[in-house]
Amino acid sequence: MPDSSPTSVTAITVRVVYLARLREAFGRSGESLAIAADAPTVAAVLTTLRGREGVWARELAAGRAVRVAVNHELVPADAPVGEGDEIALLPPVTGG
Amino acid sequence: MTVRVQTADFDAGREIADLRGSDPRVGAVASFIGIVRDINDGATVATMTLEHYPGMTEKALTDIVADARARFDILDALVVHRVGELRPADQIVLVVVTSAHRGDAFDACRFIMDYLKTRAPFWKKEGTSEGARWVDARVSDDDAAARWQKQTRHGNDT
Repeated sequence: MPDSSPTSVTAITVRVVYLARLREAFGRSGESLAIAADAPTVAAVLTTLRGREGVWARELAAGRAVRVAVNHELVPADAPVGEGDEIALLPPVTGG
Repeated sequence: MTVRVQTADFDAGREIADLRGSDPRVGAVASFIGIVRDINDGATVATMTLEHYPGMTEKALTDIVADARARFDILDALVVHRVGELRPADQIVLVVVTSAHRGDAFDACRFIMDYLKTRAPFWKKEGTSEGARWVDARVSDDDAAARWQKQTRHGNDT
């Protein structure tokens, strides 16, 4: 008999890193996060975090300037993410 | 091509001499040093704390230098960026480029700084008379980096 659940969604676990202002706003430097999605993307990670509401929804609201790096490479929101990836949320950079 | 992230100060003269070595092809050296100012957006700055994203920072700087090498006719390049707590008048960043001619040395040096400002994962937090605050990114920095995307390279004359 096939599984009776309506859809079978795979979950992956990623490492999320919060930097600078975001680390202070969220009160942590990073965490392990499970993402349930058929084809997980950066956008799915952000949606999962926004679902916590409060400061998460405010800091990651559409239009806030947050960039995302997957395994140390800046990527767009539709970039895929995979098991074990390091996903960093970066406020606008101000070096130099 | 070398990039370094460090808490220690740097000696620009020594870094330039090291980068040039005794390479007789070098006809031009351009360098840039960024320094902590005492006033920013109207507030007195007592401290400037720089943090970065270890691992990505080195990769981002290496990519920027490689991009400069692909666009300009340069011989070598060095980027040194400090992190940790700095004070007004402290040095923050050093870029040195060697080339046969000045045009490419100047352009590559500026290109590296413009891209570093918008792509390298560093963040500044100021300690001011009004408390600590994260420094905001400037639109003018994005404009400076974007300029290179619609610009063809200059000639190679000295």
